[in-house]
Amino acid sequence: MATDAKPGWNWLLWAGFVLSVIAFLSYFAFFVEFPSTRNFPWANLLLFAIAAGLLAAGIRRAFRRPQSYRGKIFGPILAGLSTLILGFFVFAIFVAARHLPSSAAAPRVGARAPDFTLTDSDNRPVSLANLLTGPVGGAAPKGVMLVFYRGYW
Amino acid sequence: MRGIQHHLTDLEARGIRVAAISVDPPEASRNLRAKRGYTYTFLSDPDAAVITRYDLLHLKAGPSEQDVARPAEFLLDPGGTVRWVNLTESYWIRATPEQLLQATNALH
Repeated sequence: MATDAKPGWNWLLWAGFVLSVIAFLSYFAFFVEFPSTRNFPWANLLLFAIAAGLLAAGIRRAFRRPQSYRGKIFGPILAGLSTLILGFFVFAIFVAARHLPSSAAAPRVGARAPDFTLTDSDNRPVSLANLLTGPVGGAAPKGVMLVFYRGYW
Repeated sequence: MRGIQHHLTDLEARGIRVAAISVDPPEASRNLRAKRGYTYTFLSDPDAAVITRYDLLHLKAGPSEQDVARPAEFLLDPGGTVRWVNLTESYWIRATPEQLLQATNALH
């Protein structure tokens, strides 16, 4: 009898939730490597949008056809968790990452860059003067790009 | 960092030397260079003395609250004068290789 049939597995809800987790993690594990997907995380926001669509469709059918699909309770729970993940992502990328020191006293255009001597990855001392005078491609360098980065990768 | 490696030939063809600076010890930089295939210079500033002198110190911002450098790029001419600066507003936003190449026009 049809009334005895158990509601089926609502895969849309789980797919939406799993995709939300992937949308979060893939930024740090993959998309951050490419300037076009790092500087603005459009790929991850797109994944979050697809996840939201899957969750919405899953919840919709859980409420409209509860005899066929489960998820009236855990559907909204998964949607809530996904919203939290999205919220944390937005906070991490658009809010927390902007808490940077002002660096008001950093060398400006026209200023002389402070000299230094540091150790390279082969434990050899390298000074700014070395960088400015050592040949690049067999000729005297026309410029030096100093790239400061956070480290701890 | 990877973007710079991908465009290193272009940068070097313009006579630009690239040097990356962080608080990472030389061994960590050696591992990073080997793992990612980076061939430009990596310099180690473990006590952040140079990072502090450049006013780029970001206190307790490392994974275990270590002091680190905030991301920044400086293009110097051969005399050591700064010709272009990029102080990003977010540490997820770095200068693109295209912007770095564009910046080298400031040298001419």
